[in-house]
Amino acid sequence: MNSNLIILPIIIPLITAVLQMFLWFRIREQRWIGLVGHSVSLVFALLMLSHVKDGSILTMQAGNWPAPYGIVFVVDAFSALMVLLTSISGIAVGIYSSIAIKSDRAAFGFFPLLQFLLMGLYGSFIAGDIFNLYVWFEVIIIASFVLITLGGEKAQLAGAMKYVTLNLLASVIFLTGIAVLYGVMGTLNLADLAQKIALSDQQHLINTIAVLFLVAFGIKSAVFPMYFWLPDAYHTPPAAISAIFGGLLTKVGVYAFIRIFSLLFINDTFIQDLLVILAVCTMIVGALGAINARNIRIIFSYLIISHIGYMISGLGVFTVAALAGTLFYLIHDIIVKTNVFLISGLLQKIRGSYHIDKMGGLYNSYPILSLLIALAFLSLVGTPPLSGFWPKVLLVKGAYQAGQYWVVGGILTASFLTLWAIVRIWSKAFWTPASDPDKLPGDIFRRLPFLRRAGLISPIVGLLGISLFLGFAWKPIADFCWMIATQLKDPSLYIQTVLQ
Amino acid sequence: MEILIAICIGLLYAAGIFLILRRSLVRLILGLILLGNGANLLIFLLGRITKGKPPIIPDSAQTIADVYADPIPQALILTAIVISFGLQAFAIILVKRAYREVNTDDLDQMNTHEQ
Repeated sequence: MNSNLIILPIIIPLITAVLQMFLWFRIREQRWIGLVGHSVSLVFALLMLSHVKDGSILTMQAGNWPAPYGIVFVVDAFSALMVLLTSISGIAVGIYSSIAIKSDRAAFGFFPLLQFLLMGLYGSFIAGDIFNLYVWFEVIIIASFVLITLGGEKAQLAGAMKYVTLNLLASVIFLTGIAVLYGVMGTLNLADLAQKIALSDQQHLINTIAVLFLVAFGIKSAVFPMYFWLPDAYHTPPAAISAIFGGLLTKVGVYAFIRIFSLLFINDTFIQDLLVILAVCTMIVGALGAINARNIRIIFSYLIISHIGYMISGLGVFTVAALAGTLFYLIHDIIVKTNVFLISGLLQKIRGSYHIDKMGGLYNSYPILSLLIALAFLSLVGTPPLSGFWPKVLLVKGAYQAGQYWVVGGILTASFLTLWAIVRIWSKAFWTPASDPDKLPGDIFRRLPFLRRAGLISPIVGLLGISLFLGFAWKPIADFCWMIATQLKDPSLYIQTVLQ
Repeated sequence: MEILIAICIGLLYAAGIFLILRRSLVRLILGLILLGNGANLLIFLLGRITKGKPPIIPDSAQTIADVYADPIPQALILTAIVISFGLQAFAIILVKRAYREVNTDDLDQMNTHEQ
């Protein structure tokens, strides 16, 4: 089905950002325009998902050039789901940042940059052409480069150096992969490529290309052994920025993994074994890093890495059940990881530090808030019946049925280590009384006016509500993921719709 | 011609990787620039080099019967050049700022773990 409206997720943030840039010196107006832009994006994302939730596919041929020749945008249920999750995460960070981001950072264009970042994310989710995907990746990384260095503190610049270098390197490797792919296949359209690769007899060359893409996406999504930049970079910028990074930027790498490896590089045991091995290593190494760190944001950064491993493992196993688990985990992870980074920002406002040894006694000071945070932490761990539990059940079931016992063991071990890391945060920061109550720095949060406090709390509560909903309404969501997984496993409808 | 460009690409990649393995920030950026140029040349080479055959359909015909130069790799390279120009400009400014803040050009001394 042809529809020009599917390009709106790109247009809306673009218009919002341009309007904000015209009001460069008027931060107040920028905040309001930003919030309107986030809300409109969310409404359109919901509309788009309602159009494709039955499994139909929408396409748009730019300039009316027919599919393998022109640039094509494709929205299937997977893309629409990612767009919706991005807009939810975007609006939560939008609300939080319009209160938490100080005017010195806002004066250098924080709000337009956030919109450009979201535009890049939406674009990469609906791109139907691999070079276009590369271009949207570049939009994302240039926006994220500026966001991560905004403010220019020493730690930020040192972390950003690694982030920038590794991302530029990943881009070059991605571009190399595209060059070889075009040289071999003579097309860049994903649907056309899927057809031609299936008919090709040059398996060795295709595996080489697949490994180039694996390295490029592996750096982006912080897969073992290419994750070193992440814990160094993600704990340096303000909490609102690390929330959007932690929630979405590594997930766009996972999206690219799932899209490209389920569409192009299938039927190959070498690639699948490689994915499984890398995934299990990623889970374990990330979780070990988490139990070793003491800065709350570094702990969460390592947990991002560990949980990326879960998603990649489902792709490596590549059965419908495992893919459904991966997709469900992706939904859960975007919501919950955004939330825990927002929570870390809130805790920093209360105790003046990200270090768990310097927090202490939070439960006595804020009992109700602490219980809410505990719920978010428990859904991160995956305690039944919260949202982290059901995708793991699907993943473990899928891996067990496929005979991949290493994945089962890896998921269970990494879950246990995640629990350990979270319990340590809880007991140090919440239950242990503050070591020296008189020396605590001032509680910024308590002194804020009521509306501002509500603005900081409401995105956290909202995301928590969504994650509770995912946990309690797991059945329809698992069915929906199952439907998408079936589509990914058998991409013939995707190919037909794009190339008709 | 192909052999020459292939050797050129190999040299660019090798020099780029050598430079990004150094600890100095300036060499790191230079290495990334060389790698980017190598990738652009690679697209050009793998798009099959055809000399003096523009992809223009003559007035008297409906299609091009003869061999013609593929215009897509050139469009891709142009896009990639523009993108890498922006990214490299940013990276160079970042190196300058980082040098001023941290007072070192050495990546090993830039670690700010657990602060």
